Amino acid sequence: MWSTLRERGVSYLIVGPFAIVLAFPFYWMLVTAFKTNGDLYNLDNVPFTYHPSQAAVGEKLSFQHDHWLPFGFENATTSHITFIFSDTNYLRWVENTAVVGGLVVVITLLLAVPAGYSLARLSGRWGQSVGVGIFLTYLVPPTLLFLPLSRVISKLGLQDRLWSLVLVYPSFTIPFATWLLMGFFRTIPAELEDAALIDGCSRLKALARVIFPISIPGILTVVIFSFSLCVNEFVYAITFISGTKQHTISAGVPTDLIRGDVYFWQSLMAATLIPSILLALLYNSFLDRFIAGFTGGAFR
Amino acid sequence: MAEARPQTRRFRDLLEDRRFLAPALITPAALFIVLLVGAPLVLAVYLSMTDATAGQLTGKFIWFHNFTEAWHNDNFRRALRNTIVFTLASQAIVLVGAGILAHALVRPFRGRWFLRLLILLPWAAPVAVSTIGFLWIFDSQFSVVNWTLVHDLMPGGGHFYLYRPVNWVLGGIDHLPWVHVGKIDRLNPPQWLGQPTLAMLAIIFVQAWRILPFATVIFIAGLSSIPTEVHDAAKVDGATGLRKFWHVTLPLQLPIATVALLFGIVFTATDMTVVYILTSGGPFNSTHMLTTWAYQTGVVSSNLGEGAAISLYLLPVLLVVSVLMLLFARRVEVS
Repeated sequence: MWSTLRERGVSYLIVGPFAIVLAFPFYWMLVTAFKTNGDLYNLDNVPFTYHPSQAAVGEKLSFQHDHWLPFGFENATTSHITFIFSDTNYLRWVENTAVVGGLVVVITLLLAVPAGYSLARLSGRWGQSVGVGIFLTYLVPPTLLFLPLSRVISKLGLQDRLWSLVLVYPSFTIPFATWLLMGFFRTIPAELEDAALIDGCSRLKALARVIFPISIPGILTVVIFSFSLCVNEFVYAITFISGTKQHTISAGVPTDLIRGDVYFWQSLMAATLIPSILLALLYNSFLDRFIAGFTGGAFR
Repeated sequence: MAEARPQTRRFRDLLEDRRFLAPALITPAALFIVLLVGAPLVLAVYLSMTDATAGQLTGKFIWFHNFTEAWHNDNFRRALRNTIVFTLASQAIVLVGAGILAHALVRPFRGRWFLRLLILLPWAAPVAVSTIGFLWIFDSQFSVVNWTLVHDLMPGGGHFYLYRPVNWVLGGIDHLPWVHVGKIDRLNPPQWLGQPTLAMLAIIFVQAWRILPFATVIFIAGLSSIPTEVHDAAKVDGATGLRKFWHVTLPLQLPIATVALLFGIVFTATDMTVVYILTSGGPFNSTHMLTTWAYQTGVVSSNLGEGAAISLYLLPVLLVVSVLMLLFARRVEVS
């Protein structure tokens, strides 16, 4: 009893400080997002709470009659948050990010699952070298590739179109995915497949019916990892596409909410916070299976 | 129909044959990589040996002139040094932090789900926009960090200023050649992004902050892959605490730690997002990395050839590091 309590206490003592440091920027985004301009830019105010101020044009004090709210929240405004939905293409950027991420994940799986399987099972020694070779392409920095690639994109007539990102992103998801799946397939006992083959399955059928279902954790790991790489990508997203309607979150938020020297801080914070929390919830609920995929894969 | 059947039979036999099936399954992925990484890479290597400028991807062939030109530029030297410091320092923080965090998170406890959510946030956030959050946190006028440093934190005017203990620590290290941050006082709070040393520290911190969650996840994966029999055997042999960590957990963790570190190094050395958004290489080109310096030279100053050459300096280093680490990971596994 005491030992479990102590163990739990130790866990809190270690994890707590880390969680505070890692999540503080998001807490700060949350506080900032609801501030009025007059409050935000007044150096005499305590930045952690909300203060009365001369409302700027277009700022509505949405909570001004709710005096029971803590931290002076009756002086807060949601105008800067609704701004990103009414005056920018924010929802479009979210949609674009999801579409690009989704398509890239599909392409990655279509190409990496067969390749990983082949490297793990069918090819002998040279498979190992090809596997390492594919992984090493991951090392080429995007700053080196994006000039030649932007030429390819314009030759194909894809500039300013989402398809350019759909085409280019698999170049960094496939190497990782192939490498991870190769490791994962190796952990699956060959006897399972042999049994299916003896029962009259073809190899491809065995792959689809026997191997694929067991590999769900590994595939899920690839899905989440590839998707997170796409969401994070910035250099290609900002150089290949200049029209605001075709931007992803990573490119649209900095280009439309920073105008010259003017930073729309509250809107920037809200625009960051929304996808971050949603994605963190998503990743967290799949985390145990993600971990299972990793342990089965990369390290054998 | 009757004639077609032997042909499909032959095709089916072909699908069963490893010698055909193995390359056939790899080819689509390999082709994709060759076309979208290989070909542009070759073009970039060619560019690095020409005097190409903006707008055109051809130029006079000048052999290795761009490489020597880049090498003799002071900004390049500094960018190279910065890249090494940035990568090693941020990954050292990540390695230690993720090791500790993973040990604490691998066992279930009440509230773990929520704490894990908080810890995952930096990984989930698109890095370009979360770095803008840090622009606000490190703002020259409205920085929350500075507010906390220079304001009286004791309620009721009890006079506790956080900058005093910080200054005391700074006094101890200020004589080091690379520090030069000066003391903090109430009217001169630190300019996190406007002073070279502080800007490097800020960049390193943000990068570590961003990689740490993912490294932790990989470490948890490594810890949970250690079979329970190993723990039981260690218990039977009387190994506990640090001894067990040193002789049992650490050796079993090494391959996975190597892989996490490898990813971290590649992510950090090849990605310019954090540096580009936080400082764009400033103040006075003091925080350029190879990636941002290449971007600055190749795109902003439209000197394509030299920009490509600068980027190419990174490749052999990463190659050697990765091959060594992959070999090491396998060696440890086998033994």
